[in-house]
Amino acid sequence: MSKDSNPGSRSRRRVLGAGAALAALSTAVRAETVTGKLPWSPGANSAPHPLDTSVWHFFTPEEVTAVEALVERLIPTDPKTPGGKDAGCANFIDGQLAGPFGSSEGMYMEGPFEKGTPQQGSQAEARPAQIYRAGLKALDAYTRAHFAGKTYAALSAADQDAVLTGLEHTTIALEGVDGKRFFELLLQNTIEGFFADPLYGGNRNMVGWKMVGFPGAHYDNREYVDMHNRKLDIPFVSILSKL
Amino acid sequence: MSRKLPATDVAIIGLGWTGAILAEQLTRAGLDVIAIERGPWRNTSTDFPTTYVQDELRYAIRNDLFQQASQGTLTFRNNSRQSALPIRQFGSFLPGNGVGGAGVHWNGHTWRFLPTDFVLKSHLESRYGKGFIPSDLSVQDWGITFDELEPYYDKFDKLCGISGKAGHLKGQIQAGGNPFEGSRSSEYPTPPMRQTYGPTLFAQAAASLGYHPFPLPSANISQAYTNPLGVRLGPCTYCGFCERFGCGNYSKASPQTTVLPVLIRRPNFTAQTNSEVLKINLSRDGKRATGVTYVDSSGEIWEQPAELVLICGFAYNCVHMMLVSGIGKPYDPVTGKGVVGRNYTYQTSSGSTLFFDDKLFNPFIGSGALGMTMDDFNGDNFDHAKVGFVGGASITTSITGGRPIGHRPVPPGTPRWGAAWKSATRDNYQGVLGIGSQGSSYPVRDAYLDLDPTYKDPHGRPLLRMTFDFNANDAKMAAYVAAKTAEIGRSLKPKQIVTSPPLGPYSIVPYQSTHNTGGAIMGADPSTSAVNRYLQSWDVSNVFVMGAAVFPQNAGYNPTGTVGALAYWTAEAIINRYLRDPGPLVHA
Repeated sequence: MSKDSNPGSRSRRRVLGAGAALAALSTAVRAETVTGKLPWSPGANSAPHPLDTSVWHFFTPEEVTAVEALVERLIPTDPKTPGGKDAGCANFIDGQLAGPFGSSEGMYMEGPFEKGTPQQGSQAEARPAQIYRAGLKALDAYTRAHFAGKTYAALSAADQDAVLTGLEHTTIALEGVDGKRFFELLLQNTIEGFFADPLYGGNRNMVGWKMVGFPGAHYDNREYVDMHNRKLDIPFVSILSKL
Repeated sequence: MSRKLPATDVAIIGLGWTGAILAEQLTRAGLDVIAIERGPWRNTSTDFPTTYVQDELRYAIRNDLFQQASQGTLTFRNNSRQSALPIRQFGSFLPGNGVGGAGVHWNGHTWRFLPTDFVLKSHLESRYGKGFIPSDLSVQDWGITFDELEPYYDKFDKLCGISGKAGHLKGQIQAGGNPFEGSRSSEYPTPPMRQTYGPTLFAQAAASLGYHPFPLPSANISQAYTNPLGVRLGPCTYCGFCERFGCGNYSKASPQTTVLPVLIRRPNFTAQTNSEVLKINLSRDGKRATGVTYVDSSGEIWEQPAELVLICGFAYNCVHMMLVSGIGKPYDPVTGKGVVGRNYTYQTSSGSTLFFDDKLFNPFIGSGALGMTMDDFNGDNFDHAKVGFVGGASITTSITGGRPIGHRPVPPGTPRWGAAWKSATRDNYQGVLGIGSQGSSYPVRDAYLDLDPTYKDPHGRPLLRMTFDFNANDAKMAAYVAAKTAEIGRSLKPKQIVTSPPLGPYSIVPYQSTHNTGGAIMGADPSTSAVNRYLQSWDVSNVFVMGAAVFPQNAGYNPTGTVGALAYWTAEAIINRYLRDPGPLVHA
């Protein structure tokens, strides 16, 4: 074995044999003692798992309707490229909120939580999943109150845009929620969903990449280096399409 | 209670570039070495496979390979009148995690600092007179010269197979290289990378104005190379998934691709991963380290006795380790006395963005260190007598990959969403060229590191507190260099050119640079430096501190070349001097 969870048992100056090293397919962190040989074992990596978009992992049906309407206004369909809804941005956000991003895993979440300067970064105690849940609820209350009982999805495109603009510029306040923070998170995640590998449920059929001309998950561009100022017809490839 | 392990000769804290180099050199000399690393082991084949490493979201946005703030972070404030608050999510800089450290995810720009950078204070005083340096800047000499360090720069270049073109070889200026660099003892190990359209255009523009462009020295190497340890690297494929990623092609020099395959087979080396050193233990009189105490992933605490302790973590983590262990006198910004935490510096950047209608840059063909650069306005390569500041910057066009979550240039005034955003994003992706600069960062009294009084890490230790803002000298320098980037840009006749605004208050939110330097600086005088010229603690002579924490101030370059050279310099000092006569290598 090239690892040993108990360093007290390791004998010094002893070349330990080969063996499994990394916790297989697990994100569990385990201390290990490595000596004598590179710790490699087949299947010990953490390959990506495509998001199952046939089900919703975080959003309720009402939330799905609202989020699909929101992402479609942030990235509207035009004659050349599908918009946020058909690109699967809502699926992307759904998957992200159900995973480590939604629960702020990896962030420092110890208190006290104080309001800082903009230069000190977000000091919010709320995690993304909580911000979406509360933000969507408050948005629904807002549109019903100001637009004759309508949900956000039922508004005209112009009214939908006006609400988003109001959140962006803090001219609209949501009840009990930082509307600007909700807007910024939604915009960030929508753009991520439009351009991330389709693995994560968005950028369906690589529409985001095709829009700008980014050919995707290639790993060898040597033949194109000297082709200056030319349109290159490199096929679009995603990690999803290679799995 | 901790359990005591059998003693070793050397305990290394952190297995990144410097830990790997020191371990290789010291095991070769016959010492028993144990390296204790907070993160996991990482292999090219299993951790960076070419089948799925091209994942921008996972690696470049969610930062899969980096230290997470939950593992330990810093608190931050712009000045000592503010209350520091925790960096809850890393942004401005992204520290590494795991075996290989920042050497896994770096761009690979591999620089040698200018000869004048090492003797900055004495050089500026001799060229411009005493009193010329702005009085608020605590710039210093390093206690070492370029010529002393050159052989060790050469070793690091050869370890990595760095690609480039010498501009100053054995005293002779060479065409096509950097005419401002210090004299090199040998040519780069591999030829420069081939350049794509953007850097080529920048170099033509710079040359047409009389400047001296040359290929960026790159650790993404241009051809297959076998290093002196017998480890073989492959050619870079310009895939565009480089910085923030591990390289699946074995083409980016890293501890994994240059040192570890040899090191790990040595019977006198052991790596202890997913284990975090909590403190360095000192003898009763505080003058000797007796070893380290670490906690493993199960929470068990171990004491590892050692004759020598090498602090090889990321720059500010080395300062934290010294402060929590009580090594060296902490810096006090009120009195200006004390040394640990003093002279924290960063990197000062500015530049221009050029928008074209008629050009296709294909920005997805890239690598971390693909580019053309020039040193005409770096360091003291130009006359500072009348410019009103000291310092300078390298000016560069580099193309790292055009990954579209991060790279979506649009002209100022474009809405951030909606139909107009969408069409501007579509229309500009191919036609934008950046001319950037990376400038010096000079120290001032109110930029420093100390322990936070409020916030704790998961082990109950105080977080490190960073107090930093861009100072007036550096802001003037950045504005001056930005104007030069605009001058070069205008000569290319873009449709629109946007030059960066004056430096505002420093923010930890947007990514800027992971070149955090200083805080445990080297020097000739123990009252103004934490370590001597051999990177040995003035106070605890069997502790050495590696990495960019020892830079007295930062130059207009990426730090890794100098960090690697200093690691070899220290290794030789330990083997040839310290082991023969353990104790202080410099008597204060």
